[in-house]
Amino acid sequence: MSSLSRDDVAKLAGLARIEMSEEELVNLSNEFTVILDAVARVQEVAGADVEPTSHPLPLRNVFRSDVVVPSLTPEEALSGAPAQEEQRFRVPQILGEE
Amino acid sequence: MIRNSAAEMAAKLVAGETTSVALTQAHLDRIAAVDTEVHAFLYVDTEGALAQAAAVDAKRAKGEKLSPLAGVPLALKDVMAQKGVPTTCGSKILEGWRPPYDSTVVANLKKNDIVILGKTNMDEFAMGSSTENSAYGPTHNPWDLTRIPGGSGGGSSAALAAFEAPLAIGTDTGGSIRQPAAVTGTVGVKPTYGGVSRFGLVAFSSSLDQAGPCARTVLDTALLHEAIAGHDPKDATSINAPVPQVVAAAKAGDVKGMKIGVVKELNGDGYQPGVRARFEESLELLAKAGAEIVEVSAPNFEYALAAYYLIAPSECSSNLARFDAMRYGLRVGDVDGASAESVMNLTREVGFGKEVKRRIILGTYALSSGYYDAYYGSAQKVRTLITQDFTKAFEKADVLVSPTCPTTAFKIGEKANDPLAMYLNDIATIPVNMAGIGGMSLPSGLADEDGLPVGFQIMSPVMKDDRMYSVGAALEAALLSKWGAPLLDRAPIMGGAR
Amino acid sequence: MTLSYDDVVAKYEPVLGLEVHVELNTNSKMFCGCSTVFGAEPNTQTCPVCLALPGALPVVNEKAIESTIKIGLALNCSIAPFSRFARKNYFYPDMPKNFQISQYDEPICVDGYVDVEIETDEGPKKFRVEVERVHMEEDTGKSLHVGGATGRIHGAEYSLLDYNRAGIPLVEIVTKIVPGTGKYAPEVAKAYVAELRDILRALGVSDVKMEQGSLRCDANVSLRLIGAEKLGTRSETKNVNSLRSVERAVRGEMIRHAELLNAGGRVVQETRHFQEDTGLTRSGRSKEQAEDYRYFPEPDLVPVAPDAAWIEELRATLPERPSIRRKRLQVAWAVPDKEMSAMINADVLDIVEATVLLGSDPTKARSWWLGEISRIANDKDIAIADLAITPQDVAEIVALVNAGELTDKLARQVVEGVIAGEGKPSEVVVKRGIKVVNDDGALMAAIEKVCAEQAETAEKVRNGHLPAAGALIGAVMKETKGQADAAKVRSLLLTHLGQSEG
Ligand SMILES: [Mg+2]
Ligand SMILES: [Zn+2]
Repeated sequence: MSSLSRDDVAKLAGLARIEMSEEELVNLSNEFTVILDAVARVQEVAGADVEPTSHPLPLRNVFRSDVVVPSLTPEEALSGAPAQEEQRFRVPQILGEE
Repeated sequence: MIRNSAAEMAAKLVAGETTSVALTQAHLDRIAAVDTEVHAFLYVDTEGALAQAAAVDAKRAKGEKLSPLAGVPLALKDVMAQKGVPTTCGSKILEGWRPPYDSTVVANLKKNDIVILGKTNMDEFAMGSSTENSAYGPTHNPWDLTRIPGGSGGGSSAALAAFEAPLAIGTDTGGSIRQPAAVTGTVGVKPTYGGVSRFGLVAFSSSLDQAGPCARTVLDTALLHEAIAGHDPKDATSINAPVPQVVAAAKAGDVKGMKIGVVKELNGDGYQPGVRARFEESLELLAKAGAEIVEVSAPNFEYALAAYYLIAPSECSSNLARFDAMRYGLRVGDVDGASAESVMNLTREVGFGKEVKRRIILGTYALSSGYYDAYYGSAQKVRTLITQDFTKAFEKADVLVSPTCPTTAFKIGEKANDPLAMYLNDIATIPVNMAGIGGMSLPSGLADEDGLPVGFQIMSPVMKDDRMYSVGAALEAALLSKWGAPLLDRAPIMGGAR
Repeated sequence: MTLSYDDVVAKYEPVLGLEVHVELNTNSKMFCGCSTVFGAEPNTQTCPVCLALPGALPVVNEKAIESTIKIGLALNCSIAPFSRFARKNYFYPDMPKNFQISQYDEPICVDGYVDVEIETDEGPKKFRVEVERVHMEEDTGKSLHVGGATGRIHGAEYSLLDYNRAGIPLVEIVTKIVPGTGKYAPEVAKAYVAELRDILRALGVSDVKMEQGSLRCDANVSLRLIGAEKLGTRSETKNVNSLRSVERAVRGEMIRHAELLNAGGRVVQETRHFQEDTGLTRSGRSKEQAEDYRYFPEPDLVPVAPDAAWIEELRATLPERPSIRRKRLQVAWAVPDKEMSAMINADVLDIVEATVLLGSDPTKARSWWLGEISRIANDKDIAIADLAITPQDVAEIVALVNAGELTDKLARQVVEGVIAGEGKPSEVVVKRGIKVVNDDGALMAAIEKVCAEQAETAEKVRNGHLPAAGALIGAVMKETKGQADAAKVRSLLLTHLGQSEG
């Protein structure tokens, strides 16, 4: 029943920003037919009466007070940058939305 | 000296029989001697470790009051941020990254003067059960170098079993502390979720990840547990309550009158005969020690694996989005005219391994509109049912027990191309993460059929971690008197050092 | 072929939807302790959390929650007893985590409204704008596009990122669709944003500077034939950053849509960008295929569940609602409706109140700010607030007039002087040598001169025909170049001509 076509995988890879070879796309779509059948079992017991749990502990209202703490130095902040210029992260041209 | 327990090493340091520098150097020598074969470490911080050791010795010389494990060396899983020290998470995408900050666990280790030897190997971003998914090559099981040391924390468990370190830090999202401990004959504890800060733990699955202590004895594990645990305001999911008295529990090792619940669903079919035999034997020893053995049922555990492989990938698909070649880490394809988007795509293709991509795509699918309710939503409901099963079971028993894994260590490469078979390793460990409770694995002997270590799992309710230490210590003592010597003494002698 | 606005509203009914993003004025960011001070050196206000370094975790700023609840209460919303943060997943280089922590199906405030009043042909009319939700989220970093034209993204060779703004607390206020405004849609949109701005300013939760982007409005507009049920396709005009622009953007989009529809074309669902210079919008990202943000509950944060006590505690701190305050001031100052809305439109209410609180009487304060000073502001084409004259100055000038030390005419010169930067009113009076002629000798001379020149008129007054005095007084004032106090001239003149007003 549940399966993912090569094109479905390509669409997901696009959403996840991962370039994929034709071979990878096909392999994954084959694997997913198996994996999805396995994981789809959750639906057997997930009745409407069951509350979802998104967190293991029933914690509420955990806040920090609005106090400024020292930031990193710009050197530290940029220490991992693949490229930098004028104390800013240099990145390739951004296409799409303005 | 390196074969001592951490507690024994600490005692010698206090007695002045040795120094932290000498102890640290001994372990660095051991690493140099055997790690070419074991490959437990991705990075050895020789200078840093020796400097830290010298500092502790100086404090001791000044007569300063030091913590119980001060001066004892430790191996740190490479998923923990340590300021200035390479932190790769076993991934190419973070090659060369040196964090400008310390994780809270590292800060606590430093506060306790525990000497950090270096960073240990792991499945990429902690996704795996064999450490074969490391971008830097697999780690080998000291019991049999052709076998896996478990995963994702195989580097930490192997380092302990090969006497490269007496203490180690692991992280456990679905069993990554307990399963490696089981297959290497060491001890590993996954504390209650929120018991140890996640700040600086590079996230795989935020609602399941939990850092914890690893060692060769239950007491050492407890000592390390108390050193790293406690509330952290930098982690909104950290529990603001006193740390359970795990050291006291480990020292007492008293199970008299304790009810120990055997989880019916976590035994039997699919479990290797030798694994079951060692489990039954351990139950008898606990009964002899004065515990009452009862059977409990957790009908929804059979859905735990499926739910886990929806929740963890979903969260990881979002958590790993930050690895985009813009601010740190690998950058691929940044040629003239390339767009940020294409650089992201190419970097993530090259930087992530097969299993990581598989889970990111699976998670992206499980969260996508139209499928959320069927997959992620349903998985969260299963999570509720599993938690309810535990609640009911803990009404009947103080702790729950099971084998840690269905099998002993398998051969490297054996399951590399069968994700589902690989996922089955975690069938007994995953429910604990789903409910956020505590879990421990300790050695229960060797399987007769292959002579490899078998793990015994103890599960305790939220913030009742002390209970698993009581039971673990009692079982450890009973087994030790049965064996006459620690299990690891039966491990093949490696690198000649002994 | 540009349609006239009247043609548009004769045929179509506009439907509005307004999304306002407000930057809160907390000291630290939404999820980390980095400072929020505006205009710092690039990347000096960043940390592992707001740079999304591996392993970093967010922790919610309590002040941001309180501010958001206050906003919700001020907008007549109900505060959710349980709300959660969610991750909005999409890749963009100015967003370090490549997801935005926002709120999805469990926002903290829901179902409120804002009443606005605007001038219509039938006089002032009230419109109710319903608020669907108020939720919390975080701002992104700022990118600087290098190469290509005018720092715009298109044609840029590369971009430079500064994450100082990344993680600044944002509150998003979303209205339900607003039908039934007819031809007043642009005014209603403007009035809504203005009222919102006043409320937020009164709450003190944001500095609401539209120019600085601390208050940003996205205006959704669609048209449907009058009487039609089905909504038309909407366009979403982004970051309209002044009240005037809100009005212009809505009107402009209504005309653009109408032209498309009349020409048998269709409106494309897209985001558009308002251009201050032309008042037109430029096409942005098409939203025809909706993005899949894969929202899910943020696992690094726990739910926000404010108890009734906390909410009431916050409710007790709410200031007077601006609309109510306006009513109160109108009564206290006895201002007619027209004048009142004139003051509101000119945005001088605060300034006038400040002047009154400094002792000036309301009518004089109002006429100065609304009259002379507004006129100068218009000539200079700058905001009244930016003129170099303060409520203190105006209060002082009014006092000088009351004391008879200035005539209204002279006072105007003083106002000019203050605005010209010549100093405080007293200083201007000295510098310019402005003073009322009070020495009776000089005045009497002028009076005798005038009475001689206009003997018949003077005679009329002598015979008790007082109204004739006006002409003589005027002449005397001319003689003294307006430096005389008219009242004093009158009494001296009447006495001189053997009359008195008893
Ligand atoms: Mg938004
Ligand atoms: Zn920050």
